[in-house]
Amino acid sequence: MADAPLALLAELTHRCPLRCPYCSNPVELARAGTELSTGEWERVLGEAAELGCLQVHLSGGEPTVRRDLPEIVAAARGAGLYANLITAGVLLDAPLMARLVEAGLDHVQLSIQDAEEAGAERIGGMRGAMPRKAEAARLVREAGLPLTLNAVVHRQNLPNLSRMIERALEWGAARLEVAHVQYYGWALLNRDALLPDRAMLDEATRVVTEAQQRLQGRLVIDYVVPDYHAKRPKACMGGWARRFLGVSPAGRILPCHAAESLTGLDFPNVREVSLRAAWEDSPAFNAFRGTGWMPAPCRGCEHAEQDWGGCRCQAFALTGDMRATDPACALSPHHAVLAEAVASAGAPDFRYRGFTREDILPSHDVRLSNA
Amino acid sequence: MTPRFAPGVRLHEDKARGRTVVMAPERMFVPDEIALAVLRLVDGKRDEAAIVAALAAQYDAPEEVIAGDVKALLDDLATRGALIRG
Repeated sequence: MADAPLALLAELTHRCPLRCPYCSNPVELARAGTELSTGEWERVLGEAAELGCLQVHLSGGEPTVRRDLPEIVAAARGAGLYANLITAGVLLDAPLMARLVEAGLDHVQLSIQDAEEAGAERIGGMRGAMPRKAEAARLVREAGLPLTLNAVVHRQNLPNLSRMIERALEWGAARLEVAHVQYYGWALLNRDALLPDRAMLDEATRVVTEAQQRLQGRLVIDYVVPDYHAKRPKACMGGWARRFLGVSPAGRILPCHAAESLTGLDFPNVREVSLRAAWEDSPAFNAFRGTGWMPAPCRGCEHAEQDWGGCRCQAFALTGDMRATDPACALSPHHAVLAEAVASAGAPDFRYRGFTREDILPSHDVRLSNA
Repeated sequence: MTPRFAPGVRLHEDKARGRTVVMAPERMFVPDEIALAVLRLVDGKRDEAAIVAALAAQYDAPEEVIAGDVKALLDDLATRGALIRG
């Protein structure tokens, strides 16, 4: 029998005022009309706690675009879950903060896109975001809640990493997550503009390690490295369907938030089955659980129960086979594709995330004169 | 030195697994029996010496033996951001 999950990632919406080119949402974003209702989320949170989840990460998209966020937080706390809010902060004003505190919110993780306003606006694709984030940080600290800053780092903002660490101190964060972009969905589309070279990665690691020591007792810095420069794959999600589950805005129950990119797996929906049934009995959750599914070179490998074969979404995105060993592993026959991607990176521009537009103008440049 | 839990950190009964855990922002710590006995005495009022004295009485053990364990545990959790050493 599967062990119970520890945490639920609740993606309340895909709507977001920012347009970050490394967004972890799927390239096909869910529309507002398909989102789960307040009552459906209340039921899902109760099911998650009953299944054994201890924490919920209320995420998106931008979760604060949902007017019922305080009700959802209250339902999480009512079910006994520790409630984390993962937000860009640009919509977090004093009245909303007061309602979230009243509802029992435990912690806020606030994203920053760069250290300074100009860079942050260019990367996040939203004017005026930075002062609003500073204000959100102030409101969180004033409410007495713990604040984590989340800095997603990549080729375009890595030179400013030291100053992002200074921001975390200045804004009163107790914790900073420095997370290198992971290449799925939007980030994979923009990989050439985002992927750092080895020297940039080494410099970032040096800056983080130095700051971790210097700021011990003041700021905890968590560091997520990119696997494109690795020899061993990451134990993605701690292993498929071992510790975490997610629910998408439209109610799909997923072993990880990127799993919808895997075509050929039928993920259950909270509108049809319970979280427990999905976790314990669904073919999708059992597909890559444990080690029995593994082909060579994972099968029988001494690392099989440490990295669990790496990431299924990355294997699928880069090899076309979701059962393959993650190419981040040096033992994968496809390992060279990562080095090739690193070698060809360096594009200056990226493509912002957004909803696919149905053009009402002709998509071709129709010339009517000067034929 | 009066230790207290950092904002957002608290003990939590993990009913599904029959244990007590330390809940913290986006993470948790699973204390062993001794660590849990120490953490149950962290209330923001008792200083480190009072915690040691209470444990010495509770476990009928010499204070100097317990003091080392308590200090190591409090230092470790402070480094991880779960406790504040007042």
